[in-house]
Amino acid sequence: MIKEPNDMMFRVFIRLIAVIVVTFSIYLFFSGHNAPGGGFIGGLMSAIAILVIYLVFGIDRIKAALPFNYTYMMSIGLLLAIATGIISWIAGYPYLKQFFDYFQLPFFGEVELTTALIFDLGVYLLVVGAAMTFILTIVEDDS
Amino acid sequence: MSNLIILPIIFPFIIGAVLVFFAKKSRAQRIISGVSVLAMVGLTAYLAIMAYQQDTVILEAGDWAAPYGITLVLDNLAALMLLITSILGAACLFFAFGTISEKRERYYFYPFYFFLLVGVNGSFLTGDIFNLFVFFEVMLLSSYVLIVNGGTKYQLRESFKYVILNIFGSALFVMAVAWIYSITGTLNFAHLSERVAQLEQPGILTVVGVMFFIVFAAKGALFPLYFWLPRSYFGPPAALAALFGGLLTKVGIYAIIRVFTLIFYHEPLFTHKGLIVTVAGFTMLFGVLGAVSQYDFKRILSYHIISQVGYMVMGLGIFTPLAVAGAIYYIVHHMFVKTALFLLAGATEKITGTTNIKEMGGLIKSHPVLTWSFFIAAISLAGIPPLSGFFSKFPIILGGFQEGQWVISAVALLVGLLTLLSMMKIFGYVFWGENKLTDRQYSTSVTNLLIPIAPLVAFSVILGLAAEPIFTYSLHIAEQILEPSNYVDAVLKE
Repeated sequence: MIKEPNDMMFRVFIRLIAVIVVTFSIYLFFSGHNAPGGGFIGGLMSAIAILVIYLVFGIDRIKAALPFNYTYMMSIGLLLAIATGIISWIAGYPYLKQFFDYFQLPFFGEVELTTALIFDLGVYLLVVGAAMTFILTIVEDDS
Repeated sequence: MSNLIILPIIFPFIIGAVLVFFAKKSRAQRIISGVSVLAMVGLTAYLAIMAYQQDTVILEAGDWAAPYGITLVLDNLAALMLLITSILGAACLFFAFGTISEKRERYYFYPFYFFLLVGVNGSFLTGDIFNLFVFFEVMLLSSYVLIVNGGTKYQLRESFKYVILNIFGSALFVMAVAWIYSITGTLNFAHLSERVAQLEQPGILTVVGVMFFIVFAAKGALFPLYFWLPRSYFGPPAALAALFGGLLTKVGIYAIIRVFTLIFYHEPLFTHKGLIVTVAGFTMLFGVLGAVSQYDFKRILSYHIISQVGYMVMGLGIFTPLAVAGAIYYIVHHMFVKTALFLLAGATEKITGTTNIKEMGGLIKSHPVLTWSFFIAAISLAGIPPLSGFFSKFPIILGGFQEGQWVISAVALLVGLLTLLSMMKIFGYVFWGENKLTDRQYSTSVTNLLIPIAPLVAFSVILGLAAEPIFTYSLHIAEQILEPSNYVDAVLKE
């Protein structure tokens, strides 16, 4: 390990930036399927947030903070996406038919909740899992 | 509408995703995947019966009506291909249990095996050309992983070429898709068929058709884009080489048949009887010449894939119901026999530890069952009468003579002869001749490997002995696909 780098600005700002990026990724995720956004781009954005944290704090901190098995995460994402389609099958409609309704939630007010959101969540997990697997593989190759 | 027809896509998908959790547990993976492939066989057999009774079954995913939504179409051709795919998938998987190394198993062999089946099944079922591209990619990405799985030096080198060629092919594919969309404004097969018919296929659409032909020819290993095949199928273990050899090129051929019977069928003099027949002739000839000149078991078989793919497109090129039925029959025959031969090559390799046929000899004494299985499959491939090879080549060549395509028919006959020659070469070196086996090799038992091969060889015999009903079925399929209005009406419900 080289000497502790002198990157105070970077370290301070990254805490701020990572929060903004993650928030934006969640916004993108929920704005999905009718407006631009969705699980794919939301997942990529989250992966970017994790990536900038890696650049500053190193891989050990990420492993400590997010101790997930990213391969399993991909697979869970795939299964969630498939399961959404099966819901509509069980309900007697063509595969992947979407259901939605409007709900009154405290704090958020009226929101539209759809089954497509579960599909998107699957895509989100898949993308984050895949991106993290790439990053971790390359990083571990390095050391 | 029936949700059942999406099962061939999502069932292996779910199994593949579940198998990821068991990646390090060899036994659990084998149990889950073994049971699943058998369930697939049952499922696709049911679907084949359903397609036979109802002709064309469609599913509009997400309840979006065609041509706007994603449509899945199960007609008799697709159902037949699905059924064969799952039978081959089962045979190769059970063969893999006995031959695949633990290291390969741990690196996600089984999950990607199932994802490969997802791609293949999806390509057969999809009702629009963009999703054909998507499923091709699913199939190819899985095949990249499988072909490099194990990571030997040879595999890394050859799979690099395989990947580059396929990426180039995929890029062309997207371009062709964009092109046809800009001309017709649709991507749905049925809708395309209707619009191309309204436009009476002007020159520009023929060009797009030829572009699709080039794309699928690269995947299906047609002349002159076949050079990657013998090399990349040589590297991976026998179970995979068999699956790839039996299955993957046929997906390209299926796409050619689909596109050139459903969409671009208005200029048969140029596209079918000109281009496709010429390419078929060269493919057959160069493939078999490659096979005759080789002395490696797997490479000979790989070159034979090329020459036989030529027969299939020749049947399409002649473009009469008889010849197309022959082509379909030939695909069925070829998929069973070729997979069986590759697996037998794998079993032989397990005994002798080599694939060079000059270093083998005398297996007929030590392994008679293996020898006679090979003999049946080999003469079936060459087209000796009571077996399936004869009854599938016969209508193609007969169709050729009826249409006055003398040259191509003569080439087809010559190629059959050369096929026999190279099969006899293998037989002479490997099974006859003096015994070159050591005592340990002599007593190596491959009975557990022959069990998954036996049904395939048996199918080859049955396909020959029961030629009458099977040919009637092929003819039924051929008549169905040569009448595009069946497909169009079923999808667009007019």
